[in-house]
Amino acid sequence: MRELQDTVKALFDKGEIDLFIGYEKGTRTPRPFFVHKAEDAENLIFDAACSGNLAVYLTRKDLTGGKKTGISASYYALKSIAQLFDENQLKAENLRIFGVSEEGSVQFFDSVAAIKQHLSATPPPAKPDEDELVGKINAMTASERWKFWSDELSKCFKCYACRAACPMCYCTKCIVEVNRPQWIQPWASTLSNMEWQINRVMHLAGRCSDCGSCGTACPLGIPVHLLTHKMSETVKEHFGVSETKENVLSTFKPDDKENFIH
Amino acid sequence: MIHNNCLQITDKGLKDWLAKIIAGGKQLYAPVREGDKTAFKWLDSVAEISMEHIQTTQSAKAVAFPRAEKLFSYQKEKGAVTLQDYNPDNLSETVIFGLHPCDAAGFRPLGSIFNWDTPDKPYNERRKRMTLITVSCTKSDEFCFCTSVNGGPGNTEGSDILLTPLKKDYLVEIITEKGQKLVEAYQSCFDTPPENSDKEACLAKVPVRFSPEEVSRKLSGMFESKVWETQSERCLGCGACAFVCPACACFDIQENSKGNSGDRLRCWDSCGFSLFTLHTSGHNPRSTQSQRWRQRLMHKFSYMPDRLSVIGCTGCGRCSRACPVDMNIAEHLADIG
Amino acid sequence: MTDYNIYLPYLVAIEKITEEAPGVKTFRLKFKNDEDARRFSFKAGQFAEYSVFGEGECTFCIASSPTRDGYVECTFREAGKVTSALAKLEEGETMGFRGPFGNTFPLDAWKGKNLLFIAGGIALPPMRCVIWNVLDTRENFKDVSILYGAKSVADLVYKDELKAWDERPDVKLVTTVDPGGETPDWKGAIGFVPSVLEKMNPSAENTIAIVCGPPVMIKFTFPVLDKLGFKPEQIYTTLENRMKCGVGKCGRCNVGKMYVCKDGPVFSRVALEALPAEY
Repeated sequence: MRELQDTVKALFDKGEIDLFIGYEKGTRTPRPFFVHKAEDAENLIFDAACSGNLAVYLTRKDLTGGKKTGISASYYALKSIAQLFDENQLKAENLRIFGVSEEGSVQFFDSVAAIKQHLSATPPPAKPDEDELVGKINAMTASERWKFWSDELSKCFKCYACRAACPMCYCTKCIVEVNRPQWIQPWASTLSNMEWQINRVMHLAGRCSDCGSCGTACPLGIPVHLLTHKMSETVKEHFGVSETKENVLSTFKPDDKENFIH
Repeated sequence: MIHNNCLQITDKGLKDWLAKIIAGGKQLYAPVREGDKTAFKWLDSVAEISMEHIQTTQSAKAVAFPRAEKLFSYQKEKGAVTLQDYNPDNLSETVIFGLHPCDAAGFRPLGSIFNWDTPDKPYNERRKRMTLITVSCTKSDEFCFCTSVNGGPGNTEGSDILLTPLKKDYLVEIITEKGQKLVEAYQSCFDTPPENSDKEACLAKVPVRFSPEEVSRKLSGMFESKVWETQSERCLGCGACAFVCPACACFDIQENSKGNSGDRLRCWDSCGFSLFTLHTSGHNPRSTQSQRWRQRLMHKFSYMPDRLSVIGCTGCGRCSRACPVDMNIAEHLADIG
Repeated sequence: MTDYNIYLPYLVAIEKITEEAPGVKTFRLKFKNDEDARRFSFKAGQFAEYSVFGEGECTFCIASSPTRDGYVECTFREAGKVTSALAKLEEGETMGFRGPFGNTFPLDAWKGKNLLFIAGGIALPPMRCVIWNVLDTRENFKDVSILYGAKSVADLVYKDELKAWDERPDVKLVTTVDPGGETPDWKGAIGFVPSVLEKMNPSAENTIAIVCGPPVMIKFTFPVLDKLGFKPEQIYTTLENRMKCGVGKCGRCNVGKMYVCKDGPVFSRVALEALPAEY
């Protein structure tokens, strides 16, 4: 904690950053915290409970536009940041990215390559609750699964917290906001809620960091993050892990499998 | 005989009463536990009711203001159009059981908005078919602040009947004629009037966080304040706070068209969404999240008190519990007030 | 009173469509039901919600005068989802009309005064309503002057009516187009509305100025009016904001605590100056 606070103070003192995005103590769990000057760095915290994906703020021009920005990034936030770089959404010269090393000390990443190297050498944090629910859903028959998701998504009231919490949902005009034509009905109903989630998940195929923020954000407790999780697994299974900047849905290869077309 | 509009009911008597209400043809909407959350549901059986929660994930407002509601229907045939007006005849008499005083109180700001000069038929038709059996709060959490917005854990406002869990039984306060009817119809479920039941002693202790008058007075001069930018920095701009709020009434009007016929719908909307105020020209009077956060607080704590003589908040704390980034409204208001 | 559904539109037939300018049309609407027609009344300045069934509603001021009985007119530019659908409708087709909503121009208080109308582009329609109202009760007012500007000659709306106003001895009309927007036979002024106004040099004495136009026009016109000696209480305008319900419930049109749909759309400059910058 102290180490991060001192590091951030020093960055402000040296004029290397105008803004640092980290965590502070929240009502129950840590919450995002925007540091604008050295003395505010004292409120920064960074531990295993700091799990919300802060990378979501890096594409918000109203917050970070034109500012040299530092960020304390969880494992999954680092994954999102690497992906945002691959999608040309971030500028390296404006960013100072910090994570936590295996020994628990603050680790500075000076390049996307360094982030990617760290990610490949670090196992993702365990998610026992998710694994259990995924196991249950996988064991369901197709009709049981349909009922499970119909029941869950019938609750959705389209607050779009899942979208708002996702670092990869940075489109300035989301598909649900397009009204000519109206692709997805804008009001809440089981069918249109499914349409929304299917679209959300498809747009995240091969891009999702699997951080689970969409599910955590859902005020109704719908496990929408399992949809993106499943999609990530499916993509990995059929297309492997991309070594390049290319995304599974925005890239065409002549030898792509077509066995899903019937 | 009912003395001072107070009765007593046992846990078993309560279950019998609710079961008889269902058997009598009324729809019951009550809290049901699902995992670590509790939600209002339409119930056929009282066995599913759960009262362990501090707060349900959503308020009970959807009974009077559903997330999507048909305002009228239309048919087009060879250029001719016929309309079917909103039809309240199929709406059921509804009993909401187990809402807390902050939810019952929420129907006052909702009703004020929906009846501001022009009465809103869909809301009023649903509202008049509702009877509210509220349960006082014996526990609260750090998000509760009803006592800061003229409410309280045993507040009767908006309720038809208020039950307060005593050590053993429930104290039954009959607040309205509607409540009186619902008790009289099933009088055998109730016990003789209680003696020396200390309602206050059984209620949760909810600390006062701010004075609404002071907040309102300060807000009226704070439109240009920097505080909106500071407070809203972490806000993600979703609609979770508005949709779980018992007093948020903002809506959109949409068309559900199916070929030559369709419905005009009213559906929930939120001032937190960037599209909410966007003009077709591209101009947006509230183009940043800080302007939208300002609107949320101003509307509830300045504009509504000013224009409708009611605060647009009942202190239920749901917005703060639902917020993915802990935009704790009581904390923000306490900073202002 | 609660029996009445405020969201249920009147059915109206499109009696006449006039192409005003590229993408701009005027619809003359007649109530399908005689009882509706008899019951309906409105005053200059009010707005309404216009429905295309299957597409939705859109908001504009009523462009015809309450002195012209038996129909209402609206003029709109094809821009979004609903206006595009509206533009596809043909004469004789049925659409929806909900209104009137909002406040009105205080015509009674303007009796015995000179009136100066200043409009830009597609903002003439809300003013056309009050212009015809004034001209149909001409004896109540002193001098009537109209300054109307558009980007180009083609963009001027109500071309026939401009001609009619120009020919009237009791109206002073100045039309102008932005530099470069003129045609070889253009006889009006060339220049932006604020500078043409300055050249017109109208007297502020016993005069009310009604200003409607795009924000940039309003922004530069107010200082000119100041210079000409107009006080804030002599200046009126109409505001527009995104609206859905029209009756103060849906929550999107407020500017501070004032609702454009209930407290407006007509605002005096005194009222306008009390509003925060949120429109």
